[in-house]
Amino acid sequence: MLGPFAYCRDTPRGGGLMTAGPFEPIINAIVYILLAPVVGGLIAGIDRKVTARMQGRVGPPILQPFYDVGKLFEKEDVVVTTTQNFYVLSYLVFMVVAGALFFSGGDMLLVIFAFTLSHIFLVLGAYASFSPYSHIGAERELIQIIAYEPMIIFTAVGMYMVTRSFFVSSIVSSGIPIILYLPGVFFGYLIVLTIKLRKSPFDLSTSHHAHQEIVKGITTDFSGPNLGKIEIAHWFEYVFLIGVVYLFFGWNPLLAIAAIIIAYFLEILIDNTTARVKWQLTLRSAWIVAGTLGIVNLGVLYYLKAVVP
Amino acid sequence: MTYLKKSPWIIHYDASSCNGCDIEVLAALTPLYDVERFGIVNTGNPKHADVFLVTGSVNEQNREILKNTYDQIPDPKVVVAVGICATSGGVFRECYNVSGGIDKIIPVDVYVPGCAARPESIIDGVVTALGILETKRLAMVGRSERKNNKAGETV
Repeated sequence: MLGPFAYCRDTPRGGGLMTAGPFEPIINAIVYILLAPVVGGLIAGIDRKVTARMQGRVGPPILQPFYDVGKLFEKEDVVVTTTQNFYVLSYLVFMVVAGALFFSGGDMLLVIFAFTLSHIFLVLGAYASFSPYSHIGAERELIQIIAYEPMIIFTAVGMYMVTRSFFVSSIVSSGIPIILYLPGVFFGYLIVLTIKLRKSPFDLSTSHHAHQEIVKGITTDFSGPNLGKIEIAHWFEYVFLIGVVYLFFGWNPLLAIAAIIIAYFLEILIDNTTARVKWQLTLRSAWIVAGTLGIVNLGVLYYLKAVVP
Repeated sequence: MTYLKKSPWIIHYDASSCNGCDIEVLAALTPLYDVERFGIVNTGNPKHADVFLVTGSVNEQNREILKNTYDQIPDPKVVVAVGICATSGGVFRECYNVSGGIDKIIPVDVYVPGCAARPESIIDGVVTALGILETKRLAMVGRSERKNNKAGETV
């Protein structure tokens, strides 16, 4: 078996792209920063359209998310506490940094670190205000972070076990069909993707739908331009999350794009067919999935590595 | 640059309405009328809202809440009074505890009479309100521009 473990035994890996020019990571990062808001906004628009069609409605135009954000920047800038501005800007900046690191072929662990840090800034921003609804949303966001974080780490570790590198550039250029080695991890990643995309049944902290029992959760006290920045950060986030799906199918770009479309469609379908669950079940299901699918998958890989040299 | 008209987010407040008009407001969200095709979202948060839909004849218990909710909506904003109770107090006009129309408490831009107001007329009222919203935005932009110019002149 010409597995991944026989592959790249002594080749020095890591340190970014091997064959590409020295500026390629920077160009990739710039392309991501310029294009991700456009792609992310379109994804959000298509999401709303498909959701509406599933509910038997006509739905808003595809460009509706751009109208929404444009509108938010036209509104009065009401700020509850001025520290909010800093936290929201940090959320956006670190989300962009995480995505840019990812698309420039950087270290997955550093990407995950920046990604988590950006969400911590959002939580701090919600805690900075005085609204109890904002605080409940912040608490639930923290629970969501706790719920999805193990599975995200397992994704990175799994990719390392298969390709022997944490660098995105090496993972993509390895040419290994990672999905065949990490089916459990991929399924677990899809589960936490539901949390990350703020979709039912795990849309605890805030939601795009008409759940109003905690007003708007974590975004309750953000309005106007600040809310617009949060929306733009979500667009960057969508593109980054989809990029991770791509990594599983990196050896075949066409298959990867098909997998992304199917995965996203499944997320919308789950969103429209399930009711919101309590935070206990969110945490439990995310951890059980990470604990079974993730760890079993990694354990099997570890075992194979020992048996099949 | 008229994104405001393409993305009006609504907050709906029941100021002691009989729930008739409220059901008609929510009916506008259903597949039959689907106001989301105009970008209208029913948000529960005044800080995210642009259009304030109020139903019912305001009473002494909720006039403060109505005023507070109105104050929390960032400018530019419009108020739509839905139903005859919100418009003038309707049959409850002369009750001892009723203010008699929400325009006694907050400025109203569009009146949608009816008992209950039909979803078609509510949507018509909101679309009329969007024109007023745009006028208010232009006034707001003009005001800040004038302020900037004035500051520039003094320097």
